[in-house]
Amino acid sequence: MASTHADSAATGPIPDNAATKTADYFDERLGFYGVAKKNLRKVFPDHWSFMLGEVALYSFIIILLTGVWLTLFFKPSMEEVVYSGSYVPLQGIHMSEAYASTLDISFDIRGGLAIRQIHHWAALIFVSSLFVHMFRIFFTGAFRKPREMNWLFGFLLLVLAMVNGFTGYSLPDDLLSGTGLRIAEGVVLAIPLVGTYLQFFLFGGQFPGHDIVPRLFTIHVLLVPAIMVALVTVHLALVFYQKHTQWPGAGKTEKNVVGLPLLPVYTAKAGGFFFIVFGITALLGGLVQINPIWSYGPYTPDQITAGSQPDWYIGFLEGSLRIMPNWETNLWGHTISWNVLIPSLVVPGVMFTFIAAYPWLEAWVTGDKREHHILDRPRNVPVRTGFGAAWIAMYLVLWIAGGNDIIATHFHLSINSITWTMRVLFFVAPVLAFVVARRIAMALQRRDRDKVLHGRETGIIKKLPHGEFIEIHEPLDAEKLHVLTAHEQPAPAELPPAVDENGVARKLKPGQKLRVRLSKFYFAEQIEKPTAEEFKEITSGHGHH
Amino acid sequence: MKKLSARRRHPLAAIVVLLFALAATGGLYAAFAPAKSAQAEDAPSSLAVEEGKKLFLSGCSSCHGQAGQGTSDGPSLIGVGAAAVDFQVMTGRMPMQQQGPQAPRKPTAYTQAQADQIAAFVASLGAGPSVPNRDEYALNGNIQEGGELFRTNCSQCHNFSGEGGALPEGKFAPPLKDVDPKHIYEAMLTGPQNMPSFPDAIMPPEQKKNIVTYITGVTKDEPNPGGLGLGRLGPVSEGLFVWTIGLGLVIAVTIWIAARTPKARTK
Repeated sequence: MASTHADSAATGPIPDNAATKTADYFDERLGFYGVAKKNLRKVFPDHWSFMLGEVALYSFIIILLTGVWLTLFFKPSMEEVVYSGSYVPLQGIHMSEAYASTLDISFDIRGGLAIRQIHHWAALIFVSSLFVHMFRIFFTGAFRKPREMNWLFGFLLLVLAMVNGFTGYSLPDDLLSGTGLRIAEGVVLAIPLVGTYLQFFLFGGQFPGHDIVPRLFTIHVLLVPAIMVALVTVHLALVFYQKHTQWPGAGKTEKNVVGLPLLPVYTAKAGGFFFIVFGITALLGGLVQINPIWSYGPYTPDQITAGSQPDWYIGFLEGSLRIMPNWETNLWGHTISWNVLIPSLVVPGVMFTFIAAYPWLEAWVTGDKREHHILDRPRNVPVRTGFGAAWIAMYLVLWIAGGNDIIATHFHLSINSITWTMRVLFFVAPVLAFVVARRIAMALQRRDRDKVLHGRETGIIKKLPHGEFIEIHEPLDAEKLHVLTAHEQPAPAELPPAVDENGVARKLKPGQKLRVRLSKFYFAEQIEKPTAEEFKEITSGHGHH
Repeated sequence: MKKLSARRRHPLAAIVVLLFALAATGGLYAAFAPAKSAQAEDAPSSLAVEEGKKLFLSGCSSCHGQAGQGTSDGPSLIGVGAAAVDFQVMTGRMPMQQQGPQAPRKPTAYTQAQADQIAAFVASLGAGPSVPNRDEYALNGNIQEGGELFRTNCSQCHNFSGEGGALPEGKFAPPLKDVDPKHIYEAMLTGPQNMPSFPDAIMPPEQKKNIVTYITGVTKDEPNPGGLGLGRLGPVSEGLFVWTIGLGLVIAVTIWIAARTPKARTK
């Protein structure tokens, strides 16, 4: 015994109990003492927005746990059965085994409905937390070198989460999910040339056929989750390896991380937070009804319900389909369905490629090859903030359009005017959002500048002996001053002189002109942050305005 | 005043101003919102058609014409039958408050007795479906078959849970909750406004009865086994809920957790 912890004996007496022995047993075989010693002291910075990714991770775990439970009872089969469970309005109705087993989970298996609802609510929270997590990363520039690859992994996780959400939505084979599948089939059919072949391959024949639910089941419970677990692992390992980014502040540099060590506080907080997220999803699952499949009835292709919508994260696709004009072209006896192709493949394709490629686009424009571990405050990069706002605006317009019928009935509006409004807004809203967000960001920079030079307005009015009223301004402390002035203000790129030193016309590399123009767009108009001289000159004076 | 000006830069000042603004807007709306329309008084009569004609001339003829022949403002009522009158008048849709894409349901302007008189008069103009008797819309039909018929014929406009849905140009399929079974039956029989009609030749009375049984039993009386129903509107209200309450709660917790941190001592 004594020889195994000869080196640790120096730090104090080691208790010789069963726990130590067990730990020793595993350390001798796996060698984890060394790994733990190094990594348990790992430091994580603390800010609420850094926990949004954790929300995604925890809801993903909740989905996995409840999902495993659901597979014990769900039967992924399109075999026709006659329902004889306890939900009276459907007794004696012909339906698929998939739908019947989902009804059983909802009504005849103890706790089944609660678990189903937790699974579904957790899925909705999962995708929404992925979005807000990505917003945080985007607006703070946390995707910059060296984290571009992790941005891409996160992006893939978002796409896979949406895919898996849709396959899960399609599994119960109720009227709503069948309608969703029918639309998905239409999208596949709209792909030029190969659409019909793909559709036959996917469905194993005409819609709906008997193959689709078992196939979706395999994709939903095995294929996509396996890829996602692998991606989550890599995503987290990279966060660990590259260390977490941090907000600018006193004592924080590109070379350090200021925060709390993994043990004990951070782990305790993270662990507690998992249970809080679990608690919230369990509360939703227990108290708030979601996807009442028994109300929809079994899917048959000749039935439909008003208010057929996908879960929220597919809603923007629904909206883009709903506002698309009915354009088709007939070429040599073949129809090209622009009315489906553009809204359901081209629009989301462009929007999501933009997200995926943005780190590289920005790096190309700025020409910045350095590593960044200090975050940008969104106001300090107004053009990026504007792009983010524009993207969100476009997404929101499509999303709202996906619920145009519900908006029409609840606000007593004409569905046609809503559709036309959304058609116009699809092009106008992103531009407006860009301009407004960029202007707000610059205004906030001006305010920062003003605060640095003149201090905080206290709201206390002083009357001077000669009758003048002044407001007392309180100078900021050094820590705040640092936060407000720590950011860089890169100069826009310039084109080299048109002729070189020998008077020969210089050849420009392809794209160089565009790069310079974009760089000017990003950085030409800036609110100069106060210089040290300005600060000294003003603060050495009388102290007011 | 001094107190007020000292606090106007308080972090919560904006929220207080917002609350005042909201209260003021709501108050103004309540003050200016149109009041409910007046009710007509009772007028019992033995000669239903005669009395009905009087009521018709004063309340309906400006749009439907003095002999119910229709004008540019309203359709002909010859042959629509007593069931149509009973439905339109007793759900408050007629008389219309104003011309529009569709007459909405509102408090009735007539008593049942008056509506019966108008119905008798309109029925005397030409043969049409009569008001169904109590047995026809009793709630003892086959609820399973009613569900199948509902999903095949009704849910595409009225929504899977009878919450209603949108139609083009501001028209809509109204919600079916709280609708009298008799009026649901009459609506199917007569096809009011934008609804197609399902006369007995197309949909036998037995099937109508099943549908009425299903609508009343499932969309109206059935509790939500999963908890709060969120208006039974499907994924739109679920999505709204998750982005407001669900994610709102989670983010509130993240802020709370991050606020309770032993701060690193830098000074």
